[in-house]
Amino acid sequence: MQEKPTTDTTPISKSEAPVIEIKDLYKSFGKNEVLKGVTFSVKKGENLVVLGKSGSGKSIAIKCLVGLVSADKGIINVFGTDITKLNNNELNEIRIRIGFLFQNAALYDSMSVRENLGFTLKRHAKDLSAEDLENRIIDVLESVGLGEAIDKMPSELSGGMRKRIGLARTLILKPEIILYDEPTTGLDTITSREISELMMEIQKKNKTSSIIITHDMPCAKRTSDRIIILKDGVIHIEGTYEELEKSEDEWVRSFFI
Amino acid sequence: MNEILTSKKESIITSVKETFNDVGKVTLFAARFFTEVLKPPYEMKEFIKQCYVIGYKSLPLVTITGFIMGLVLTLQSRPTLAEFGAESWLPSMVALSLIREIAPVITALICAGKVSSGIGAELGSMKVTEQIDAMEVSAINPFKYLVVTRILATTLMIPLLVIYADGIGIMGGYVGININSDVNFYRYTSQVIESITFLDIFPALIKTFFFGFFIGMIGCYKGFNAANGTESVGKAANSAVVTASLSIFIIDMLAVQITDLFF
Ligand SMILES: Nc1ncnc2c1ncn2[C@@H]1O[C@H](COP(=O)(O)OP(=O)(O)OP(=O)(O)O)[C@@H](O)[C@H]1O
Ligand SMILES: [Mg+2]
Repeated sequence: MQEKPTTDTTPISKSEAPVIEIKDLYKSFGKNEVLKGVTFSVKKGENLVVLGKSGSGKSIAIKCLVGLVSADKGIINVFGTDITKLNNNELNEIRIRIGFLFQNAALYDSMSVRENLGFTLKRHAKDLSAEDLENRIIDVLESVGLGEAIDKMPSELSGGMRKRIGLARTLILKPEIILYDEPTTGLDTITSREISELMMEIQKKNKTSSIIITHDMPCAKRTSDRIIILKDGVIHIEGTYEELEKSEDEWVRSFFI
Repeated sequence: MNEILTSKKESIITSVKETFNDVGKVTLFAARFFTEVLKPPYEMKEFIKQCYVIGYKSLPLVTITGFIMGLVLTLQSRPTLAEFGAESWLPSMVALSLIREIAPVITALICAGKVSSGIGAELGSMKVTEQIDAMEVSAINPFKYLVVTRILATTLMIPLLVIYADGIGIMGGYVGININSDVNFYRYTSQVIESITFLDIFPALIKTFFFGFFIGMIGCYKGFNAANGTESVGKAANSAVVTASLSIFIIDMLAVQITDLFF
């Protein structure tokens, strides 16, 4: 749709270049200092899992990343551009390339599943014919295994189905980065495994990079290339699943029980 | 004692400050509407849907209230006019009060209750369940899609509903007159039409556009700015009704003054 910004010109080879780079991110709500200098990056094609206690600011961090919440201070580089310095139109061009799966799926209640999926696509791919639009909706629904739900309303869906439709809605724009906010929370172990596997499949197929916020350790184990843990507004520790599982730090190990 | 007084004083000061703060924010919200309304893309489909929801779906309510307004107004005014031997003025008087004041205000108040709270609750719950954020991150302007369409729809539909209520109210008046005497329908309507001038209709019509605009704008503002948590949806709906109703009275008062000044 548009040219890729400058990631390609950096000396690091393309596969190594971080698609997301967050440096010294600060965010507080009144006296509540949520993020106090968070720094991390995600390489192209990498799955980064973010752990942390409830209320530690995980959701806020990824909301800053797409400009939903404005950061107080810090640099947020996405595809090599600092999004904190962009105007709304420029920001929207970045946003199209990022998929965001909300903690509660955030499906549009007043629209059927078909309209939910078509809503964004219609507005961003205006030259798409009605037939192509329908085909892409069907394709993406089938890829999340819910082809038959196309005419349902969100209120008729179960929690797991809502998550999948939410995922389908982000996938339909073929994003290069997907931000998952607790994709498996509140689901039974089988469904949550299915969703984790779906996430891995998508990543393999589309070579997306992802940030995955989760409390679900089996999901973290299955999906993570690298894990960071947020504590007291900063990144407390970083490493692979295996490294952190064997960490000296008892607090860190407590996540893995 | 002194402490209580100071704390009272402080709380009054903060609430006054908050009110001004709110007025400022609403003004900015309205300004945003005007900057975004002309910019493409236009959400025609959603606009038409909202016109249907706001206009057509309010018809039954407006029909009933309009009819009762006309009927009751006639029955109530009759004895007074009869005392002065001016019973023949009844049709004109009913029509004039309906068109100038009663139909616009009552219809607007009914719509503040139905439409403004509906919009407040709908957008409020979209806000709380992050649906508005979801639009924003998929690079769609939620203000344009949700707010502009709704404000335009109320601004257009409320005047139409008021005109409809005028008509129904006048019918109600006809029924009211015929309870006690026998007036032919043709004579009634011609008397009504004769008594109405452009200057009765025009200022009243203008003010209904403002009613419509504020009903939509306040509903949207309250919903769009709902805080987190489900209880704020109820709050948004509730305060939308209160604020919209209050603003209808204020607009009405200003409209009377302005009309007096110019006509
Ligand atoms: N809009 C807001 N206004 C004020 N405070 C907020 C707002 N959003 C979040 N917070 C605060 O920011 C902190 C972090 O919230 P966040 O939603 O990022 O937590 P989280 O790590 O995602 O938790 P969970 O795992 O429960 O989802 C919380 O203390 C919350 O109270
Ligand atoms: Mg969260």
